Amino acid sequence: MTGPLILTLTTFLPLAGALVILALRIVGGPVMAGSASKGIALLTSLVTLGVSLMALAQFDPAQAGYQLVDHAPWFGGSSYKMGVDGMAIALVVLTTALTPLCILQSMKSIEDRLAEYMICFLVLEALMIGVFCAMDLILFYVFFEGGLIPMFLIIGVWGGKNRLYAAFKFFLYTLLGSLLLLAAVIYMSVVAGTTDVPTLQEGLHPVTGALLFPPEVQTWLWLAFFASFAVKLPMFPVHTWLPDAHVEAPTAGSVVLAAVLLKMGGYGFLRFSLPMFPDASLLFQPLMFALSVIAIVYASLVAFRQTDIKKLVAYSSVAHMGFVTLGIFAFNEAGIQGAIFQMISHGIISGALFFCVGVIYDRMHTREIAFYGGLVHRMPVYAALFMLFSMANVGLPGTSGFVGEILTMVGGFQASTWAAAGAALGVIFSAVYMLTLYRRVVFGEMTNEKLMDIKDVTLLEFFILGLLAVSALGFGVFPGLVFDLTEGTTNEVLRMIGQAGQ
Amino acid sequence: MDFLADISNAAPEAILAGFGLAGLLIGAIGGDRISGLLRFLAVIALAAAAAAAVVQFGRGESISAFASDPLAPDGLYKATMFTIFAKVVAYGMAAAALLMSGGSLKTAQMERYEYPLLVVFASLGAGMMLSANDLMTLYVGIETLSLSSYVLAAFRRDSVKSAEAGLKYFVLGALASGLLLYGSSLVYGFTGGTGYAAIAAAPESIGLTFGLVFVICGLAFKASAAPFHIWTPDVYEGAPTPVVAFFATAPKIAAVGVLAHILFSAFGTHAASWQQILAIIAALSMLIGAFGALMQNSIKRILAYSSISNVGFALIGVAAGVEDGASSVLVYMTLYVVATLGMFGGILALRRGGKAVDQVSDLNGLVKSKPGIALGLMVLIFSVAGIPPAAGFWGKLQVFTAGISADLLWLVLVGALASVVSLGYYLRIVWAMFMKPPGEALDRTEVSVGLIVALTSLAMFPVLTIFIQLLLDAAARAAGG
Repeated sequence: MTGPLILTLTTFLPLAGALVILALRIVGGPVMAGSASKGIALLTSLVTLGVSLMALAQFDPAQAGYQLVDHAPWFGGSSYKMGVDGMAIALVVLTTALTPLCILQSMKSIEDRLAEYMICFLVLEALMIGVFCAMDLILFYVFFEGGLIPMFLIIGVWGGKNRLYAAFKFFLYTLLGSLLLLAAVIYMSVVAGTTDVPTLQEGLHPVTGALLFPPEVQTWLWLAFFASFAVKLPMFPVHTWLPDAHVEAPTAGSVVLAAVLLKMGGYGFLRFSLPMFPDASLLFQPLMFALSVIAIVYASLVAFRQTDIKKLVAYSSVAHMGFVTLGIFAFNEAGIQGAIFQMISHGIISGALFFCVGVIYDRMHTREIAFYGGLVHRMPVYAALFMLFSMANVGLPGTSGFVGEILTMVGGFQASTWAAAGAALGVIFSAVYMLTLYRRVVFGEMTNEKLMDIKDVTLLEFFILGLLAVSALGFGVFPGLVFDLTEGTTNEVLRMIGQAGQ
Repeated sequence: MDFLADISNAAPEAILAGFGLAGLLIGAIGGDRISGLLRFLAVIALAAAAAAAVVQFGRGESISAFASDPLAPDGLYKATMFTIFAKVVAYGMAAAALLMSGGSLKTAQMERYEYPLLVVFASLGAGMMLSANDLMTLYVGIETLSLSSYVLAAFRRDSVKSAEAGLKYFVLGALASGLLLYGSSLVYGFTGGTGYAAIAAAPESIGLTFGLVFVICGLAFKASAAPFHIWTPDVYEGAPTPVVAFFATAPKIAAVGVLAHILFSAFGTHAASWQQILAIIAALSMLIGAFGALMQNSIKRILAYSSISNVGFALIGVAAGVEDGASSVLVYMTLYVVATLGMFGGILALRRGGKAVDQVSDLNGLVKSKPGIALGLMVLIFSVAGIPPAAGFWGKLQVFTAGISADLLWLVLVGALASVVSLGYYLRIVWAMFMKPPGEALDRTEVSVGLIVALTSLAMFPVLTIFIQLLLDAAARAAGG
């Protein structure tokens, strides 16, 4: 194997931690492994974070193309090839940074089978990092679909009452999409003789130099990729698995689902669909705009009618992902930069919102909006933090949510006035549902007697939410931190789609 | 060529035949008391046969024997690289299935000396039909396998279900044999020969196509491909579990292998006549297998439907034709039978108070009572379902690639649909093991069963994920030779 190996290390470190816990579980039994797993999992995720930050430090944003490439032959036309560009390294760091927080949160709230839970979580982390680093389509697919198994277990074993339905729906929906992706990947490997991502992005046959996929073929391949990424993102009308999965998943599961797993859809569009099938992407621009706007408006309206806090946040995720697709398919710098930023920002904000829901759920074991009210009287710190994240979710200037929304809309406006106008409606609606939620949960008189002795956030919860608050504000004030990193990716995508001059 | 040279060229079969005959004598003298010893010796004989086949594989060329017959100038026996590969796997699986059957045989009072010998004879038949180079040898091989299998299915004489399974298997199997013979006679009538080479050289004719269709039907029955699959769930459910562990592995890869082999070699020149048929059989098998299992509660019935579905997947590779598909069939079936062996190991571990249980609900909470078996079963299930990073995914990737290379995109899409549907019942098993509260305590797992589950699940993940190239190379070599 050649390369600096730092990405390989980042990816497989969590697996090593999971193996250690597994060994302890077999040797020491559930109780001993349960208590030991806390320390091991936290340590592993922190070391992984450290290594990924080292990778970030080694990454040179000024340089175009993929960096830190590890390469080893594997089989057939596929190879084990890991590498990152600006977008990928940003998403990797998002993953590695959120995982320790999730593990910290889970230590308190998960009681049953803790060791197994930590194993699942670390395996999931490894696969998520792998998705963003893989530079071979087959390798990408392995990570992409492999991630279903630990998430299925996390929802199914540690989820809520209706977890059977949610876990199956999550698995089968995503699988159907990804099998179409697999068929397309196989077709591409048969035609091109390779599954190397940079080669396929150039779109020319590695030996003959002929155009790999003529426009009519691109259309079908694009649709197959779309089937997979649209489910994952999720886009209207295949978003229905998401609210179920979110509601039933344990808090940390919801956090990674919203913060990282959804991003794989947007990542897939930018990494594969646009560069590999530029003609088809242009062809389907109106469709994508229409679906984005529908997702934004419709999901916002549905969110407003929810009685379950988690479901509300889940629908708000669908709406925010609509901004991502709007920005991506605007095919201009503002749109794509905004879309990537929106992905990072939504990762932080929606993750934080699910943590916020987790705080009160751990205390009261219900997520009914009607159950709560007047929390500000008993939980002032919580109220302040929740306020901040609600505002960030609405897209208040100064928070990271604003930057992503405004840029994707600017990009969308340049491409289609109608799409941007529709999306702007969503901004208003998001204020409507978030403020209503906030008012009903936090303000008002405390009428429910069960809430009388609810305690404010613990030190640990404050630490988690505080870190996320700092990030949400930090990226809102200094968005350049992300833009500098992702500019190379954006330019590459625009170059490949042949729209750089426009 | 003299007799000894012929025998040494057919070494794997010779070893099995020799052991089988000697074993009958020993058994007749020693009786059921020495059944344990015979079982042990049978495992060794099967392992030796597999080793002999590996040596043959190392020679890298087809091996002919018994070529002196004037009626069959090309030889009655010809082990090609393709069939040798399938034989190695089949013998290995038979040995492993015997190895882990000890405890279950004892509790089911099936410790009779005939048992290991029947498995050996069945394996001999499987090997013979793979090595056949003539429709006559093929028929003899198939019947050796089938007759032994009928008896094995009915081996628990005091059980109504077992007897029913044996009888069903026998009646339907006899019908399939009839079809095969009828087809063979048509082929002989229109080509003037029964040797594969003579058939391949014959011109296209409507009568040949007729015969071909009958031959395919007969072989599809043995491979339990739809629409000839009806017997499978009943036989799987009724026959004793250790027997089914054998049925589902060794004869399965042999049957699919022989179907692929005869189509690729004898009927290779008439590919246009059978490719469509195979594609339809594959599509039907995948769908019937996937949908049929959704409502089942018996794990053995679920695995029966799963085998129908998986044979359908493997047949995508056959339908793709020899250039694209040959190696993919071997890869797919090898990964499938190894994982299946492990799954049957998991079922053998399910005993409560000495009695075998096989409802999905009996798996409830297995992760608490037997975490190792549960984890292993989960890996095996995801492998059979073809979810990466489990090794079964590579098999699916190979057959799908073959299908797409051969312009059978529609078949691949049917396969994708069947995969999603079948996940419905695979996930149900995982669900029961990991997410339900445990039921009554289960008996201790035997060492050999635990070992097989551990080895197969390790092979499915992570060993094969890393070293997949080794298997692909071997299969490619087998397809090329």
